[in-house]
Amino acid sequence: MTGVADTRPGALAVRGLRTVFASPAGPLTAVDGVDLDLAPGEILGLVGESGSGKSVTLRSLLRLVRPPGRIAGEVLWGGRDLLGLRPGELRRVRGREIATVFQEPMTALNPVLTVGRQIDESLRAHTGLDARGRRARGVDLLDLVGIPAPATRLADYPHQFSGGMRQRAMIAIALAGEPRLLLADEPTTALDVTIQDQILKLILALRARLGMGVILVTHDLGVVAQSCDRVAVMYAGRIVETGPVAALFAEPRHAYTRGLIGSVPRAGGERRPLLSIDGTPPGLGARPAGCAFHPRCGFATDACRREAPPLAAVAPGREAAGREAPGREAACWHHAAVAAAGIEAPVPEPA
Amino acid sequence: MLSAGYVLRRVLQMVPTLVFILVVTFVLVRLLPGDPLSAIGGDHVTDAQVAQARAAYGLDQPLFAQFLLYVRRVVTGDLGRSIVVQVPVWSLVGERLPPTMLLSGMAVAIGVGLAVPLAFASALRRGRATDLAIRAGAQVGLSMPVFYIGLVLLTVFSAHLRWFPVGGYGDGWGDRVYHLFLPALTLGVSLAAVLMRSLRAAIVDVLGAEYVDFARAKGLPTRVILLRHVLRNALISTLALLGPTVGSLLGGAVITESVFAIPGVGRLMIESIYGRDYPVIQGLTLSLAVTVSLAFLVTDLIQASLDPRVAR
Ligand SMILES: Nc1ncnc2c1ncn2[C@@H]1O[C@H](COP(=O)(O)OP(=O)(O)OP(=O)(O)O)[C@@H](O)[C@H]1O
Ligand code: SF4
Ligand SMILES: [Mg+2]
Repeated sequence: MTGVADTRPGALAVRGLRTVFASPAGPLTAVDGVDLDLAPGEILGLVGESGSGKSVTLRSLLRLVRPPGRIAGEVLWGGRDLLGLRPGELRRVRGREIATVFQEPMTALNPVLTVGRQIDESLRAHTGLDARGRRARGVDLLDLVGIPAPATRLADYPHQFSGGMRQRAMIAIALAGEPRLLLADEPTTALDVTIQDQILKLILALRARLGMGVILVTHDLGVVAQSCDRVAVMYAGRIVETGPVAALFAEPRHAYTRGLIGSVPRAGGERRPLLSIDGTPPGLGARPAGCAFHPRCGFATDACRREAPPLAAVAPGREAAGREAPGREAACWHHAAVAAAGIEAPVPEPA
Repeated sequence: MLSAGYVLRRVLQMVPTLVFILVVTFVLVRLLPGDPLSAIGGDHVTDAQVAQARAAYGLDQPLFAQFLLYVRRVVTGDLGRSIVVQVPVWSLVGERLPPTMLLSGMAVAIGVGLAVPLAFASALRRGRATDLAIRAGAQVGLSMPVFYIGLVLLTVFSAHLRWFPVGGYGDGWGDRVYHLFLPALTLGVSLAAVLMRSLRAAIVDVLGAEYVDFARAKGLPTRVILLRHVLRNALISTLALLGPTVGSLLGGAVITESVFAIPGVGRLMIESIYGRDYPVIQGLTLSLAVTVSLAFLVTDLIQASLDPRVAR
C-alpha cells in the first residue's frame, strides 16, 4: 500500500509514521513506520494486542502525542501533510475535519465543566450557530448518541454520567463539527451490547449521510466484521497485514493475524483459543531483531530472525478464486505458507 | 452554582471556630503579665477602689461567668475602651481597618496578578531557561523577609527614583492606592512567590490530564484551553492555599505598615503592645481572627463554586 497517496478531499494517506518517546533507558519506538490508506468515507478497523501502538498511532495523526513523544513521517489529509501544518492550521483540522474519540471515557471529559458546555465549545469553534442554535444542536447530539432526557442532561457534570454515557457524550462532542474523518479509539468498549450496536449503526449512518470516514480501533473482531470495510492489523508498532475484512478473515496471510482470528469467540459466545498465540508481545525497549513476531511464531525461520519483512502486496490466494480481493498486503516472509495452513477457526460472527 | 443550603452549612461550620477565637482572646488577656487594672491604676489607688473596679469589670466573678459576660459584650459590639487613648476599641479598630483591608486587597490582586502569568510561563516552558529563572526568582522571594523586600523597594522606588511616596496613607481613593502601591507590592511579591509555586505544580499536573488533550483534539483555541480547561482546574487546588495565606498576609501587613508608616491595624497592634493597651490588643486579635476565618470561608465558597464534585 506504499503506492501513490490518494489526495482527494477526505482521503488519508499515512507514510512512514514513526512515534518515539524519549526515556532514560533510551528512545522507545511506539509506532515504527506505519503506512495506512483510507479512501473518503471508508471505515478501517485497526486491531492488535494491547500495547501494539494503536492509540499512539491515532494520536500521532493529529499531533496529539505530548512530549517527550516525537512524530516523524507524513500524514497526508486530502494531500496536505498534517505533520507540517502550522498550529493555527492544524487547529482548524482538529475537531472540524478530523474528530477524535479517546480511549478513556472516565478522564477525557473536563470534570469541572458541564457536558453541555463541553459540547457547546466545540460547536462554537466549528459552527456559526448562535447560543440558542448551539443549545438545540447539543440536545440533538446527545439524543443522537442515545442519552435519555438530553435537554436536562446537558446541565450535568461528567461525574453525574456513567462510563458508558461519558463515552457517548465524547462521541457526541466529536460529531459536533460534522467531521469528514472520525478517529475512534475503542468507542464502544464501555458500552453494553445494545448501546454498542446503536453506536455502530450511528457511525454507519453518518458515513452514509456525510461521507464520513472512520478509523475504528477495537479489540473486538466481531465489531470489525460488522462495521468495517477494511482492517489493518498492528503488531509491535507496525502494520503487519491489511486487506478487505472478509478476505482477510477468511485467509490471513500473517502468522499473527492467523492467531488473532483463531482466538475469537465462536458462535456460542465462549472464547476458545483455537490457535492461541503463546507468549506476550515484546516490550517497547526489547523488540526482537527481524520480524518482531518471530519468538512467538510457529512458521519462523532464520530469514525471519535476520530481517524484518516489509509490508508488501500479496498475490490473491485461494479466497480470490471467483471474487476480487484487492489491496491485500502482509509483512510476512512466509505468507504463502501461513495462507496454506488455513484457519480452523470460523470467521468471527457479527455481534 | 452553590446552593443556599451549602452556604448555610458552611457558615454554621464557622461557629466552633468563632467560639474558639473567643476563648483564646478571653484567656489571652488573663495570661498577660499583671492584673489588667494595675495598668490603669498607678500608685494612688486604694484597695476599695480596686475592689470596686474589679466588680465593675466583673473580675470578682467565677471565670466561666466572666467568659459569658465577655461573650455578651462582644456580641453586642462592645470591645471595651482603650486604656491609653480612652476611646472605644471598636471605633479605633474601625478606623484602622480600612487601610489594612485596602492594602491586603491590593496585595492579593498583585500576588495573583503576578502568580498566574508566571506560573503559566514556568509550567509551559518546563525545564527551560524561563522556568528555571522564574522558579529561582520565587525561591528568592520566599527566602527574603517581608521587611527586607519593603526596604529594598522603598530605597529604589521612593528614595532614588522618587516614583512613590516613602510612606503614609493619602486622601481620596486614587491617592490612597498610589500611597499603598509599594507596600502592596512588598506583600504581593512574597504572596506571589507562594502562590506561583503551588499554581505551577497544579498547572503541570493539569496539563498532563487527558481532558486537556481532548480539548486540543476538539480544535479549541489555545486561550480557551489554557484559561477554561487548565487554569480553572489548577486554581481549585491553589485556592485551598489562599485562605491560610491571608493569615500570614496579615502578619506581613503588621510589618509592612511599620516600614511604610501606614495607619492600619498592623501599626495599631504594635502601638498597643508597646502601650500595654490590653483591651485594644484583645479587640484587634478578635477582629483579625474573625477576618482570617472569613477569608477561609470565602475561598472555600469560591473553590466549591468552581468544583462541581465537592458536595454542595
Ligand atoms: N506518553 C508515553 N510515553 C512513553 N510510552 C508511551 C506513551 N504512550 C504510550 N506509550 C507506549 O507505547 C506503546 C503503545 O501504546 P498504545 O497506547 O498505543 O497501545 P494500544 O495498542 O492502544 O494498546 P491498548 O489496546 O491497550 O489500548 C505502549 O508500550 C505504551 O506503553
Ligand atoms: S515473518 Fe516469519 S516470524 Fe514473522 S510472522 Fe512471518 S513467518 Fe512468522
Ligand atoms: Mg489504546
